[in-house]
Amino acid sequence: MYVIVAGGGKIGANVTRSLLRLGNEVTLIEQRRERFEQLEDEFEHQVQRGDATELYVLERAGIARPPDVVLALTGDDEDNMIIGQLAREKYGVPKVIARVNDPRNQAHFDLLGISPTICATSSVMALVEHEVPEHDLIHLLELRRENLEIVEVQIDGESPSAGRSVETLALPEGSRLISVMRGGRAEIAVGSTVLEAGDQVLAILEPGKEDELRRVLLRR
Amino acid sequence: MNLRALIIGCGRVGSSIALQLQQEGWDVTVVDENEDALSRLGERWPGTFIVGHGMDTDLLRDAGIEEADAVVVATDGDNTNIIIGQVAQKRFDVRCVVVRVLDPARAKFYAERGLDTVCPTSVSIDRLMEAARSCAIPAPAAAEAD
Repeated sequence: MYVIVAGGGKIGANVTRSLLRLGNEVTLIEQRRERFEQLEDEFEHQVQRGDATELYVLERAGIARPPDVVLALTGDDEDNMIIGQLAREKYGVPKVIARVNDPRNQAHFDLLGISPTICATSSVMALVEHEVPEHDLIHLLELRRENLEIVEVQIDGESPSAGRSVETLALPEGSRLISVMRGGRAEIAVGSTVLEAGDQVLAILEPGKEDELRRVLLRR
Repeated sequence: MNLRALIIGCGRVGSSIALQLQQEGWDVTVVDENEDALSRLGERWPGTFIVGHGMDTDLLRDAGIEEADAVVVATDGDNTNIIIGQVAQKRFDVRCVVVRVLDPARAKFYAERGLDTVCPTSVSIDRLMEAARSCAIPAPAAAEAD
């Protein structure tokens, strides 16, 4: 496999090392002179110096072949988006994976169709949400292409939905309950399923409907 | 009702455009990361000036992008300009979006994709080439006199 890695920071350098170890052909692009010199000691001719958002730099790295994968891993989200667009749309690179540095920029990546993306901050936050029981609504899975997400909601004794059947709940449009986990056993949620305190409910919904769902199930 | 312009980036270019449009009767809002940039708009800037980053969607909304007739993106970063321009076009459906891109190669690529890019580098190259050629080729009359 031929891979171009844009950005030789910690992530880019470690990914390059791992890809090379697996027997792939890799070209790493790094702009900063000092960092480039460090990387050159290790990667020799497999690292090139330049701004990976410049077309001639990408072409020198062999983007016109095109590579099987381009990894946009710089510390600058705008640069990663431009690299992703150029790779995919100008050079027909079949797969682009981009790093999101500031999670607030995720929407811009989505808007421009740059996917998949990886965001360390969001990953850490998802783990924190999962670990901290105070969170009453946890994001489990984002189905970006389908524009849907799956969340888990913890029902307690205070919840207005406890003691009510699913069919009597005024769930927001664009949401459905999938299953109810009770006493270590999961069952598919149907209209007649009655929710109880202690239930963990899985729901599928359109992004942005979380607050409405929370209100209906938990009144908060 | 006045036309409304949103200018992202208040450097030499952005501030001049803001001042001219304002004089032509537009309602102008200017966004820049640096609050000192306000001084480029003179002592009494009658328009709106917002400190912040043009990549911030909430800030763009506060700056009135949804009602803007024109958005001019002229920060000092080509890639930042290209992304903000596309956000204005694709997310906020602004009909008139103009983006400054110094690199001719990127300016051309995004122009082909429907973004109105202005490349000062290309404009300079063309003008300088014209000027250089007019020096190199002597007028026929002068050549004969030799």
